Amino acid sequence: MANTNTVMIEKYRNNFLKEVEANVEEGEWVKMCMQCGVCSGSCPLGPHWDHPPQELFMMIRAGKREAVLSSSSMWMCTSCYNCVVRCPRGLPITHIMHGLASYANKLGLAPKNQPTKKFSKIFWDNITKTGRANELKMGLSLYFMDGMGSGVKNAMANQKLGMAMMKTKRMNPMEITGGHGIKDTGGLQAILKKAREIEDAKLKKQ
Amino acid sequence: MGDVIATNQSILVIGGGISGITAAIEAAECGKQVILIEKEPAIGGRISQLYKYFPKMCHPTCGLEINLRRIKANKNIRVMTLTEVTDVAGKAGDYTVTVKVAPRYVNDNCTACGECNKAVTGEFDDAFHLGMKKRKGAYLPYAMAYPQRYVIDPAIIGSDDASKAKAACKFNAVDLEMKAQSVTLKAGAIIWATGWKPYDAEKIQPYGYKRYPNVVTNMELERMMDPFGPTGGKILRPSDGQEARNIAFIQCAGSRDKNHLKHCSRICCMASLKQTTYLREKYGDEGKATVYYIDIRAIDRIDDFYQKVQADPNVSFVKSKVANITQNKENSNVILNGVNTEGYQRYSNEHDLVVLATGMEPSIPANAFPMKITINENGFIEQDEANGAIFAAGCSADALDVNRAVQSATASALRAIQVVNRVAGMEG
Repeated sequence: MANTNTVMIEKYRNNFLKEVEANVEEGEWVKMCMQCGVCSGSCPLGPHWDHPPQELFMMIRAGKREAVLSSSSMWMCTSCYNCVVRCPRGLPITHIMHGLASYANKLGLAPKNQPTKKFSKIFWDNITKTGRANELKMGLSLYFMDGMGSGVKNAMANQKLGMAMMKTKRMNPMEITGGHGIKDTGGLQAILKKAREIEDAKLKKQ
Repeated sequence: MGDVIATNQSILVIGGGISGITAAIEAAECGKQVILIEKEPAIGGRISQLYKYFPKMCHPTCGLEINLRRIKANKNIRVMTLTEVTDVAGKAGDYTVTVKVAPRYVNDNCTACGECNKAVTGEFDDAFHLGMKKRKGAYLPYAMAYPQRYVIDPAIIGSDDASKAKAACKFNAVDLEMKAQSVTLKAGAIIWATGWKPYDAEKIQPYGYKRYPNVVTNMELERMMDPFGPTGGKILRPSDGQEARNIAFIQCAGSRDKNHLKHCSRICCMASLKQTTYLREKYGDEGKATVYYIDIRAIDRIDDFYQKVQADPNVSFVKSKVANITQNKENSNVILNGVNTEGYQRYSNEHDLVVLATGMEPSIPANAFPMKITINENGFIEQDEANGAIFAAGCSADALDVNRAVQSATASALRAIQVVNRVAGMEG
């Protein structure tokens, strides 16, 4: 994938905005930003971002490719859609944030230990296996995300919640053996494989 | 005023604000017969509610007086107040317009002595002061109102107040039997000048207008500056009646926003820049104004006004669309929250009062016109041949300042004159 990165650098040279427009979901909206700042101001996680959305958009226009793609900012988006609702120009900011994160991930530039990124990977691996979320395994993978020690600590801390979920049948301890799934797991895998092929072909064509 | 008989050679002007007044006067001074219709009890419109005009910082009352004198001196103009258009039929050069005239309950015997006002007791919100002040049920719309005749609020008809007003009048001017009537007028051309209304600030939920007392609109600030207005010319905080010295202005409050008005209302930047000078006028170096903006649009020759305001050390500018307003519970100060685009710093700034620079919305909603007319996506009337001889003037055509509204009105007067001249040529 680092190779794709080099290809993209070559291809778009000094025009990162064009690269974003062509490769990032909803990227063609970036140039519509008028830098009013209402997205950043209304973001509930705003104070925790390195670069709020409007700054990311300006950085894209300014060609700060490395800084944008390796930023942890877009990974902070919780999809609350506050910014989309408030944006006076109707930019799909949430989607652009996810688009940027996904593109950075494809190129291998996303920050390595970003927790949201880790969570996304865990969630994806979990749900694609059987087509249904396996709550038990997902919980465990999350708890042990940062190693054995913190995993046990996390699990103990959430013991009560886990028990309550089991009691109300929101989580089944038997899921550890494999868990429930959709009827045609093979079909789902085939769909995902095909989708991946299409996506990869798109990147290669560049 | 002489008798004006409406024919296909007369011009009908709808709306008695600065645009309608200008169009009517220009056409009448060219010798055309003009009927000027206004739905309020007096002409003058929005400008009569302003304290000062930019960029010359003169008082609108002065310009209004000149225009009223021109109307009084011209026998070609007939002014009809409390009148609204209900139907427009016909085509260019031959329109039949139906209007509804609401009863004033005061006839032209009125000398504006004010005895009826003294006699009545019930009070109502004064629309001229945007509801910030009360007026009685028998009233003069505003000090300079033309015609200088009192009005009786329909709400007091049938009450004791009505009979008190009638009894107090020495000139037999109060006529409580007046009824609404429908009148049909002929016209060769129509000038549509129904103007604008301020965008409803309550719709901008995160700014807390009506939820926090110290959030006001730019038009409300204009009323506060009026020496005879609700605060006697002082800028007072609605929460505690204290003078506000540290005032924030929020630009594009409802304008340039897909969720509200898509268009730039054009006047609000200059209006806020003008209002920062009110602070200097009131407090000298003691006042502090902060303008929160996306970009300041002080176009062409009024840019030097902007530069003068920028040079004032007591006025600062923050490039940011404010995300939301909260309130300091202890002192009811407003707290503006957002991110400054110049440096991307997050701020929470406390001010005594915040003024929302609300934009212009056409006063007639797109679906409420009594005839077929071409409207653009912002609700303003487009110039279109399909409109026949109905010409938009001033803020019916676009969001305009007074200067540009007057230009637009003069242009529409010329277009209307061309039509009635053509009719005159054919009718001989």
